Amino acid sequence: MGSLRARFTPYALMLPGGLWLAIFFVIPTLILLQFSLMTGNEADGYQFTFHWQNYSDALSTYYPQFIRSLEYGGTATVLGIALSYPVAYWIAFKGGARKSTYLFLILLPFFVSFVLRTISWQFLLSDNGMVLGPLKDAGLLPPDFHILQTSVAVVGGLTYNYLPFMVLPIYVALERVDPGVVEASYDLYSSRTQSFLKVIFPLSLPGVFAGVLMNFVPAASDYVNAEVLGGPDNTMIGNIIQDQALTVRDYPTATALSATLMLALLVGIFAYARALGTETVLQAAAR
Amino acid sequence: MDRKIDPALLRGLSQRRYDRRDVMKLFGVGAGLGAAGLTLAACGVKGAKQAPADQDAVAKYWADKKQNGHLDFATWALYMPKDQAPLKAFTKETGITVNYQEVIQDDPSWYGKIQPQLAADKPIGYDLMVVTNGMELDKLVEFGYLAPLDHSRLPNYTQNADPIYRNEAYDKGNVYSIPYTSGYTGIAYNPAYVKEPITKIAQLWDPKYAGKIGMMKDPQELGNFGMLLLGINPETSTPADWTRAAAKLREQKPLVRAYVAQDYTKSLANGDLWICQGWSGDIFQENASNGSNLQFVVPEEGGTIWTDNMMIPKTAANPVDAVMMMDYFYRPQVAADLTEFINYVTPVPSTKDLIAKHAAASTGDDKKTLEEILTRPLVYPTAADLAKLKRYPSLKSADEQKTYQNTFLPISSG
Repeated sequence: MGSLRARFTPYALMLPGGLWLAIFFVIPTLILLQFSLMTGNEADGYQFTFHWQNYSDALSTYYPQFIRSLEYGGTATVLGIALSYPVAYWIAFKGGARKSTYLFLILLPFFVSFVLRTISWQFLLSDNGMVLGPLKDAGLLPPDFHILQTSVAVVGGLTYNYLPFMVLPIYVALERVDPGVVEASYDLYSSRTQSFLKVIFPLSLPGVFAGVLMNFVPAASDYVNAEVLGGPDNTMIGNIIQDQALTVRDYPTATALSATLMLALLVGIFAYARALGTETVLQAAAR
Repeated sequence: MDRKIDPALLRGLSQRRYDRRDVMKLFGVGAGLGAAGLTLAACGVKGAKQAPADQDAVAKYWADKKQNGHLDFATWALYMPKDQAPLKAFTKETGITVNYQEVIQDDPSWYGKIQPQLAADKPIGYDLMVVTNGMELDKLVEFGYLAPLDHSRLPNYTQNADPIYRNEAYDKGNVYSIPYTSGYTGIAYNPAYVKEPITKIAQLWDPKYAGKIGMMKDPQELGNFGMLLLGINPETSTPADWTRAAAKLREQKPLVRAYVAQDYTKSLANGDLWICQGWSGDIFQENASNGSNLQFVVPEEGGTIWTDNMMIPKTAANPVDAVMMMDYFYRPQVAADLTEFINYVTPVPSTKDLIAKHAAASTGDDKKTLEEILTRPLVYPTAADLAKLKRYPSLKSADEQKTYQNTFLPISSG
C-alpha cells in the first residue's frame, strides 16, 4: 500500500497544475492549430479542410514582419543583457544591506501599466519634446531628426519594458555564487578579470538563460511597442496577427501566423539550449 | 591534480533521465488530448449568417419585453458632458438608472469583444451601444445580432430627426439603428508648421511635408482618401477602384510618418505630425480643452461623413429602458445640450434655434462659444459642405470585406 501511495503521490500533486495547463493551454493550442488549417469566413462559417496553404499564403505575405520581429526581439534581448548584467552584478556584490531596496527601485516603475509606460516614452521622445527639443534648439541635431516611428524607438521600448525580467534572474544567479569560490580563484592567483570570466560569469549563465527566455519570447511577439512607438516600417508580426484576428477577422491566417511564431520561438529556444548545453537549460527551467 | 568527478556528470549518471518509453508516454498523452481537442470542433465552426428579419419580427421581439428600471449604456469617449446632466435628468423623470460607460475605442475591437457573446446568444452586459456605420455595423445587421426597433416607441425620433438619416444605405428605414451624432473625416493640420492653406487631399502627397504626414490606419478611412483623390466615390466603389487607390496610397507611403490609430491630435499639437487625416469633432475638442490651434478642412476632392448609431443588441436584458433612452436623446432640448458639448453634427435640426436662444441669454465667453457653434460648419454643415461629403463603401459580403481589408491594411503595416 505504502509503496503504491508513494508512486501516485507525485501525480496527484501534479494534477491541479496539469489540469490547468491542459484546459487553458493545451486545448486552446490544439484549437488554434486546427483553425490554422480551416477555410471559410465569419458569415459562412469555417470548415476543417487541412488547408496547409494558409501557412504558405500567410508566410509569403508576411515574412518581412516575421524576420523583423525576430531581429527586434533579438536586439532588445542583447541590449537587455548588456544593460542588466552590470546592474545585477553591482546589486549582488556591492549592494550590501540595501540589496532589496535597490531591487525594489528597479521594479518600482513597473507598477505602472505597461501601455501607459510606453505612451510616456512617446511623450518623452516627441520631435520637439523635452529631450529632442532643447538639443535641436542648441543646434546639436538637425531640425528634422526624430526617434519616434523608427526601429530605434521600438527596440528601445522593448528593451525597457522587459528589463526587470533580465535583471532579476541574473541577480538571483549572481547572488547564489559562493564568495568562497571567488576567493579561491584569487588564492590561485587569478586576476579580477580572469576570476570574472572563468568563475563568476559561467556560474551566472543559468540566470542569463532564464533572462533571455523571458525577454526574447515576449519581445518578439510584442505588438504594443511597435504600435505606439513605431512607424509604417516597424510593424511586427504581433501587429499583423492582431489585425488579422480583430480587424479582418480572418482566423485561419491569424492562427497560422501564431502557430508559426510559436514554432519559430520554440525552435530558436531549443537551438539556443543545445548551444549552451542542456544541463544549463534544465537548471534554468527548474527555477 | 585531484581528478574528482564533475558533479554535473555525477548527477547525470545517478538521476533518472527521460528514456524513450517516457517520451512515448508523453506523446500518448499529447495524442489523446489532441483527439479531444479535434473532436471539440471537428465539423468546423458554424457560420453567423442569418436570414433577414421578417415582417412581424418587431412585434415578436417586443411582445414580452418590460421596463426594468435600469440600463447599461456603452459608448465612445467624450460623448456626454462630464456631469452627465442629461442622464441624471432622464433618471429623475423615468426612475431608470443608467450605467454609462465610455468603453468603445474603435469599431473593430468593440465588435471583436462582443461578437462571441452575441454568437452564443448571451447578453453582452450592455443594453444600448453606439457603433459607426461601416463593416462592423453591416455584420451586426447581417448576422442578426441587433433588436429590430419598434418605431411606435420612438415618437420624438419620428418627429424631430433630420429626414436625411431615414434612408441611409447602411440601415434603410432605421430598422435597427438611429443616429447619435455624425462627423466628417477631413484633413487636420497645425498652422504653426504648415504655412499655406490646406484645401486638397493632394496636399497630403506633397513631398514638402515628408516625414510629417499622418494617415489613418483604419482601412476604411485610408482607402476612402485614396479613392477620393482619384475622383472615385467610395460608396459605389468596386474592387478595381480599391486596387488603383491602394497603388496611389503606396506612392504616398515614403512620405508618411505614421498610420495613426489614436492620439493623432496630440501628435499634431506637439509637431510630430504637421498634417493628418482627422475627425472633425476631435480637432474642436483638442482646441477647446488644450488651447491648441489646429485647423480642420473638408478637402475639395471630398471628405467622408460617418454616423455613430445607437442600437440595442438582440440579447439585451433591458431593451425597453434602452429604447426609451434612445427616444429621449431626440427631444430637441436634450439634443441641444448634447450638441453644445459634443460639437459633432446633430441629427436634430431644431437644436439650432434652441442653441441660438441659449446664446442670446448668455454672456461673455459662454455666449462667444455658443455663437461659434452655430456658425461652425462642423456642427451645422453648409449645403456646399454636404455636397462634398461621401459615405463609406458599403461592403455586403464577407469575401468583399476581406478583399477590401487585405487591399488597404498591408499599406499601413509594411
